[in-house]
Amino acid sequence: MALFRFKDSKTQDLSESLARETKRQFSQEELFQFAAYDPNAGERGGYSDYSYWRSTLRAFRKNRVAMFFLCVILATLLFTFLEPLLPYDREPNTIYYSEQVQMNLFTRQPILDEAGNPVVKVALAKDMRPGSEFWFGTNAIGQDLWSQIWSGTRNSLFIGFAVACVDALLGILMGVLWGYVRKLDFFFTELYNVFDNVPQTLVAIIISYILRPGMGTMIFAMCLTSWLATARFVRNQVVIIRDRDYNLASRCLGTPTRRIITKNLLPYLVSIITMRMALAIPAAINNEVFLTYISLGVPLETPTLGNLVEAGRKVMSEPLLRYQLFIPVIVLALITISFYIIGNAFADAADPKNHVN
Amino acid sequence: MAKYIGKRLLRSLLTLFLIMSIVFILLRQMPIEGYFQNFEKMSALQIKVGLQQLGLTDPLPVQLANFWKGVLTGDLGVSHKYRVGVDVLEIIAGKMPLSICIGMAALCISLLVGLPLGILMARSTRTRWKLGDKLGTVFVVVIQGVPAAIYYLLIQFYFSRLPGASMFFYMDQPTTWILPILSLSLGNTAYYAMWLRRYMVDESNKDYVTLARAKGVPTAAISRKHVFRNALVPLVQFIPTSVILTLMGSLYVESLYSIPGMGGLLVTAIQGQDNTLVQALVLIYAAISILGLLVGDLLMALMDPRITLGKKEGGR
Repeated sequence: MALFRFKDSKTQDLSESLARETKRQFSQEELFQFAAYDPNAGERGGYSDYSYWRSTLRAFRKNRVAMFFLCVILATLLFTFLEPLLPYDREPNTIYYSEQVQMNLFTRQPILDEAGNPVVKVALAKDMRPGSEFWFGTNAIGQDLWSQIWSGTRNSLFIGFAVACVDALLGILMGVLWGYVRKLDFFFTELYNVFDNVPQTLVAIIISYILRPGMGTMIFAMCLTSWLATARFVRNQVVIIRDRDYNLASRCLGTPTRRIITKNLLPYLVSIITMRMALAIPAAINNEVFLTYISLGVPLETPTLGNLVEAGRKVMSEPLLRYQLFIPVIVLALITISFYIIGNAFADAADPKNHVN
Repeated sequence: MAKYIGKRLLRSLLTLFLIMSIVFILLRQMPIEGYFQNFEKMSALQIKVGLQQLGLTDPLPVQLANFWKGVLTGDLGVSHKYRVGVDVLEIIAGKMPLSICIGMAALCISLLVGLPLGILMARSTRTRWKLGDKLGTVFVVVIQGVPAAIYYLLIQFYFSRLPGASMFFYMDQPTTWILPILSLSLGNTAYYAMWLRRYMVDESNKDYVTLARAKGVPTAAISRKHVFRNALVPLVQFIPTSVILTLMGSLYVESLYSIPGMGGLLVTAIQGQDNTLVQALVLIYAAISILGLLVGDLLMALMDPRITLGKKEGGR
């Protein structure tokens, strides 16, 4: 059982250093002495240059892993914009043709002409494996995957950021009001129930009938429902702390609601909210994958990670074509993992008790 | 408290009415082409007769009134697209038990694995190498990072070769139940582990925990009696919702293993414009999920006596 016992490293450190200190001999200067009476001491004011956000950033910067993943995200973001400037000039939506050796369908041998050379024909460059001509290969209709991936990542990140921003703004505002103001509790509970129970699929279908299908429509449809989860999440946290003694004291002293929310409630929730927000971006991207799965995604001429994953999923059973699935999934996973780790590290850094050391 | 519950239940009825009206009106906005399979070949008269049979020619308020009359008498109509002429309640009753079975099994596994995993991760953040935390984080990160559709597919692909497992689901072979249940439980396991770890780490930095540690309370007792109990409060609210989500089944898993459950029934019904089926499903889901939110709130108040839900002196 000794293996499963967790040694509390901090306690151990403390007791060790305490033991060391007590064994030591002290010189005269280190021992306590009575201070002389100083009449000016009472006039001295205290001053601390502690700033919450600066300390949070400092604690965050100490976390090497999180900084690395922050760089990964920034580099990916930058690269999706720089990618069209590379000397590799392939368009995401152009269908490419290439010279290919003709194969006999039955014998799987190249067809030879009279001179014994393989017959070369210009054909649709479909399902080409990654190579020097197409860096990430091509998809089932001959489009270049490299440029599709990067333009898809750009579009997906854009969708993710847009949805997460609306999510954060609406979700936190509604959530705090819902949780803190008791008179609004019933109203918001019922509002939540209404929005939550009208199926997202139905809303997405209707919106794509009324508006033109595309990225804007997609973002709008996702924003309509995504803030709900955040609002409920924040609301639960607020309900838990709203009757704590320090809030009661503030209320007794007549602090206005707005001030209680910004000074008492939100600072308490910073760590949890940042983690939630960091997960909101990948969640939006994954939601897009789901909408594409039930064929409500953006049109195919706008490549997104959702479209690419869905296209790759269809050729999954063919072992040679699995690169079409794995490349977008790896990019997607990298983005999600980075956001998760950054969010977690920031949440740790946002706790003021971790600022001291 | 009873007054609060009663009030909330009464208002829920109003909400339910509102939800159904919205869904009802939205469904009527769908294009009429969707109701017929060979719309191009039909004459205007045929279309009119067809719409009349579906009861779509009446003005909206009349249709809505008819629908509520039907609900009160327990008659939700028959499906006219998914399985033509079959009572929608019969369709749902035939599918729901299986989804509940699989979903509940998966949920039990996720709670039994996810919560201990979260505790383990949180406690190992105080050890020197943080090994448990790192391994757990890798698991959570992978599950969160890879879209569910993909890892379900990979699990089916690579694990179905194991003896006893199969690419498909058979009612009478218990071993074929394992893969779908395991795949379903992964997401929730990661979710519970991740948030329990977050709450427990936040909680164990509090002053009263430091005091308890300084007093010499054993670490295990601190994390069981103080940290875990406080950290579980925010999670408890989501457990009823998780139970309810099992009713809806999983679109991905059930289509992968061809399980005849609820998964995707709503999506299929909406896309096929099977209005009666959509209405019945939304009514059931909405009623249960409203109840779930209420139960979650009550559980939260039960876990933490400092939380009060009803009006109280001094509350705002």
